Amino acid sequence: MEALDLARWQFGITTVYHFMLVPLTIGLSTLVAIMQTAWVVTGKEKWLRLTKFFGKLLLINFALGVATGIVQEFQFGMNWSEYSRFVGDVFGAPLAMEALAAFFLESTFLGLWIFGWDRLPKKVHLATVWAFSIGSILSAYFILAANSWMQHPVGAEFNPETGRAEMTDIFAVLTNSTTLVAFPHVIATAFLVAGTFVGGIGVWWMVKSSRAKNESDATMYRTAARFGAVVMLIAGVGLLITGDLQAKLMFKQQPIKMAAAEGLMNTEQPAAFSLFAIGNLAGDDPASVTHILEVPGLTSYLATGDWNAPVTGINQLQDTYAERYGATTPDGKVIEYRPNLLVTYWSFRMMIGLAVFSAALALSILWFTRKKQIYDKTWFKNLALISLPMPFLASAFGWIFTEMGRQPFVVAPNPTGNDQVMLMTMFGYSTSVSAGEVITSMVTFTVVYTILGVFWFKLQKRYASEGAPVMAPPPDASDDEAAKPMSFAY
Amino acid sequence: MELVNVWFIVIAVLWTGYLVLEGFDFGVGMLMPIVGKNNTERRVALNTIGPVWDGNEVWLLTAGGATFAAFPEWYATMFSGFYLPLLMILVALIVRAVAIEYRAKINDPKWRANWDRAIIVTAWVPSILWGVAFANLVRGVPLDADHEFIGNFFTLLSPFALLGGAVTLLLFLTHGAIFLSLKTDGIVRERAETLAKRFAPITLAVTAVWAIWAQLAYSDVAWTWIPLGVAAAALCLAWWFSIQESNGLAFAANAVAIAAAVVLIFGTMFPDVMPASNDVANSLTVQNASSTDYTLTVMTWVAGFLVPVILMYQGWTYWVFRKRISVHDIPEHNELTFAKD
Repeated sequence: MEALDLARWQFGITTVYHFMLVPLTIGLSTLVAIMQTAWVVTGKEKWLRLTKFFGKLLLINFALGVATGIVQEFQFGMNWSEYSRFVGDVFGAPLAMEALAAFFLESTFLGLWIFGWDRLPKKVHLATVWAFSIGSILSAYFILAANSWMQHPVGAEFNPETGRAEMTDIFAVLTNSTTLVAFPHVIATAFLVAGTFVGGIGVWWMVKSSRAKNESDATMYRTAARFGAVVMLIAGVGLLITGDLQAKLMFKQQPIKMAAAEGLMNTEQPAAFSLFAIGNLAGDDPASVTHILEVPGLTSYLATGDWNAPVTGINQLQDTYAERYGATTPDGKVIEYRPNLLVTYWSFRMMIGLAVFSAALALSILWFTRKKQIYDKTWFKNLALISLPMPFLASAFGWIFTEMGRQPFVVAPNPTGNDQVMLMTMFGYSTSVSAGEVITSMVTFTVVYTILGVFWFKLQKRYASEGAPVMAPPPDASDDEAAKPMSFAY
Repeated sequence: MELVNVWFIVIAVLWTGYLVLEGFDFGVGMLMPIVGKNNTERRVALNTIGPVWDGNEVWLLTAGGATFAAFPEWYATMFSGFYLPLLMILVALIVRAVAIEYRAKINDPKWRANWDRAIIVTAWVPSILWGVAFANLVRGVPLDADHEFIGNFFTLLSPFALLGGAVTLLLFLTHGAIFLSLKTDGIVRERAETLAKRFAPITLAVTAVWAIWAQLAYSDVAWTWIPLGVAAAALCLAWWFSIQESNGLAFAANAVAIAAAVVLIFGTMFPDVMPASNDVANSLTVQNASSTDYTLTVMTWVAGFLVPVILMYQGWTYWVFRKRISVHDIPEHNELTFAKD
């Protein structure tokens, strides 16, 4: 493999890994903030116990999420220095803003929250967890503004003198139409992940406590399960709406990605949506591909809102792109504008399909725990367990789809913008870094991430299976402050 | 002042924030086994940075992000050029973050001992490598006409660079010892104060040698003697206040020394951001490495508005957790182990 391929694999591995953890941090920090608010407002102990319980799981997750995030800030320069030179004037701004506006808020207030129990006034302490949560949501906004610019560059010109893209309008960059739909989509994903996490663990514990005849615990976990279910449902509806908006935007901004989502080699009117396909999706002979369980007109609808609209196929788009952006590279190689269809076709389906587990879990929670009921059947516990990883995977597949669907571009051209504000992935990597160095870093990161991932999993499992802590009676009021032990101390 | 120069200073300020703040985090990590002979004492040390270390590290991410936004060419050349050292730093920072957070999660001596090792090693590695990296910025590295780094890993390991590594290592050791003296009580404080007294003169001597070397060999201007003098004076004061056991003043003096060292480093480089050691014409300068005036203007507004706010709430954190801690403040470990299930 060449340095380019290695650099791509490395970015894929480190980013997918990092973004497995991030949605849970974003969603769960907000849900924990809501739980703590419920405790402060109602004074009910169950909310405090749930806050502490899910708070610990959140911390275990945050540590690894933030650690793997450090790499993200630097690897553009390490492995993608030509990309960095080309985009830095535009792309660097939201990245720096993310650090200034979001990371400081997140990290500083998390420290205050962890160590501030019993030390800060109750309401101030509550404010710290909200500040943490807002910081994590803001970070998603800025990084999506940066990513959306790679999908759909706006607010920038190409400067032939410097040979790079240069920003002309920061507000255009920050209000990119792509960002405005990607941000709610990612936030809804975060809530689906966190809702499934809280709901799933809530169900698991409700069944367990109920079978152990611990009624008060079972009631508490029922609350958690229903809370998670409501979050999942709202997030699910949000995902449908924003996903639909994204598809329609994508059809205009990156038509070849839309065609790749269906593996549509040639223009069709109307274009169907298949649930499965057999055959070589990327082959030259579309007849060899059998689409199974087709929904007529659905791809047309997803792309345009009209069940009968034509959707341009990849072969036709290849010609259009070749004419507009060049048929060959400077050294004479034919440019293939078709993304990897196997990946785009299946990741698109996995993204949607895996989210179904959360829907099933949410609906069954609401049904089986209706009217103050506690449900204790083992199958329910198992459904909860199986559902837990699914939205994480769905989110990862969504990212794999959108990033692989953008290929061969790293900055995809804006069809209504300046044609020179675009960059092929093959021209973005660091030419001064040898393949050996990239292999070294890739192997190192993969090994370190794997080991840390094992610890992450063991701790999550251990703490989740420990359940919500039982609250000690409040300390004697006469205790002077100095005698109070630190809470959550390392 | 031209915006490119403003941003050159902003980057220096961000690095100062990072090195001053995470400098003592690293120091605490390196000294944890020396000031803490048992688990409770080690926890005292670790909890002095507990609420703040994560926020301190954001100064690094911000320095990185700001370099990307303000000087994309510098960002691209430096991080692809310093590839392997940066990789080592990143791995250290990753493992370190997880180690600090996971150490107390399971009550098992072996579990703790392993994470302790990780905390110690991952504090030593970046403490040395940051100095190596900055010394290379002062000294210059071979660059081609396209500003690509054309040396290799060993190009970065010149005697001057290695001595630079010793400087940051010693500065952080002293900084950590003084910080522990300031933030703890009892036996941990006693040990830390002893260490600070021992480290301070060595740090002064090694830093002085390196700084004078940098000034004589690589500085084109006379004014960088000023930060050099300030750094030396501040390190003398840090030593003096350490002997007096005026921990707060010693800490302030050592922080000033680190800041002065950054001024010396950046002052020596200016107007280059990455001098080319092979051919001056290939150097990256504040002019040819920078973003457009428009981008710099935008970032000036953003930073001008946000940095004071950040300083306020980070300052407040230090105020909230201002009390010294000792072994009496450390609660029992939670009882969680992997054995039960």
